[in-house]
Amino acid sequence: MLAGSGAAVALTQAPGVQAQGSSGGAATPPTMPVSFTVNGKEAELTLDTRVTLLDALREHLELTGSKKGCDHGQCGACTVMVNGTRINSCLSLAVQHQGDEITTIEGLGTPDNLHPMQAAFVKHDGYQCGYCTPGQICSAVATLAEIRAGIPSHVQDDITAAPAFSAAELRERMSGNICRCGAYSNIVDAITEVAGA
Amino acid sequence: MRPFTYQRVATAAEAAAAVAGNPGAKFLAGGTNLLDLMKLEIERPAHLVDVQDIEGLGTIEQAEDGGLRIGALVTNTTLAANERVRRDYGVLTRAIVAGASGQLRNKATTAGNLLQRTRCPYFYDPNLPCNKRNPGSGCAALEGYSRQLAVIGSSDKCIATYPGDMAIAMRVLDATVETVQPDGTTRAIPFAEFHRLPGDEPERDNVLAHGELITAVTLPRPLGGKHFYQKVRDRASYAYALVSVAAVIQPDGTGRVAFGGVAHKPWRVEAAEAALPQGAAAVTAQVFADARPTEHNRFKLPLATRALAGVLAEAKG
Repeated sequence: MLAGSGAAVALTQAPGVQAQGSSGGAATPPTMPVSFTVNGKEAELTLDTRVTLLDALREHLELTGSKKGCDHGQCGACTVMVNGTRINSCLSLAVQHQGDEITTIEGLGTPDNLHPMQAAFVKHDGYQCGYCTPGQICSAVATLAEIRAGIPSHVQDDITAAPAFSAAELRERMSGNICRCGAYSNIVDAITEVAGA
Repeated sequence: MRPFTYQRVATAAEAAAAVAGNPGAKFLAGGTNLLDLMKLEIERPAHLVDVQDIEGLGTIEQAEDGGLRIGALVTNTTLAANERVRRDYGVLTRAIVAGASGQLRNKATTAGNLLQRTRCPYFYDPNLPCNKRNPGSGCAALEGYSRQLAVIGSSDKCIATYPGDMAIAMRVLDATVETVQPDGTTRAIPFAEFHRLPGDEPERDNVLAHGELITAVTLPRPLGGKHFYQKVRDRASYAYALVSVAAVIQPDGTGRVAFGGVAHKPWRVEAAEAALPQGAAAVTAQVFADARPTEHNRFKLPLATRALAGVLAEAKG
């Protein structure tokens, strides 16, 4: 994967290198143009087809807020919102996102003007090392939207009813975001505060 | 990850033809399982045909017979949240929300979920033999750590399980998988026949031909009754099933039941369902009559009985 990312960087610095239709020889890995919006700003890139959305954000657009933890969809550190829905950006190719609207942690708030979820994580100490935090916050914002939209969850007794903003719901719905430092109870407190606001 | 070319297509027929004409090609929908496996070079497609733009595959519609037609590209989240599914096919919503994480369910599609590959740890480790990953290389799981693996329907070539939850519910609901074949004709595959047992060809998870594209899954008219998906796993959330039970139980105690986490496909023995009114043990004695567990996964057999007993007790309550 590291070798693949390196090749991708080299290719984007030499636009016009196209190998579409080849069977993927080692000399010229296929590239594709792709454009999408990130945090309201248009991005146009020509990428090795192997570049994930996460690597496009981090390595090509220098938006390093989204983190690479496991790179296999298991930890949630790479969580971003695509067209308003949270996904693992590590398990998505950049070229799959032509025309999409992507929101990363950098698009939620700024150091001078924090998103309410960011402020709540600070207030409740919802982290220790902070590496999972951008993914946690993007996931938390999307989780509240999913509860509001009535998306059902495993912990509901009655799946035909509207879900609650309970701690049990938040824990279940945030299970795709791992915190190696174990700040879970403070993360639940932070999200609960925003949910009640 | 190996290099690959990438193409988007507008119609199902175009997608089927594009993959059929290229032995190294694969369909790409949500990609949550395929990309994971491509990073590990367990999947090594030379060409990806992205089907996300195909019209008509992203909707859930009432079928003419009073059932439901679920487009292949409907995401797990959308399907689980659908009002009719929640009301009339609760076992399906229950199964979907018992699987994966919120992020994955938002991306994973109905068709892709059916095609997800086993989570057998030996399939995932390219350093070890695996007949599913590398046909003819042997099965490291047979003499290995097999706690998660199949207790029934396995072969001397493979004891992997099908890992999904959604499909267990679809098996109980007698769903049908609709496809477009490379020559443009369509076919309807009864769910019971969709996933294969490993036999001598564990590399083939299902009966699809190369280039055959799933377009929809259809559900017959609602069954009524109470719907259950009881999943037993090592964590409370975001873990694969050790054993799962999908069940629809009627007020008179009759019903249907299928098991997940025990075999290479959703495991249902219709003949055993007549024993449901006599209790869980009477059912599982028949469902697992031909079981051949390993020393590590023998526990799944009493666990399946207890999981079903829990469901039947709740159905009475």
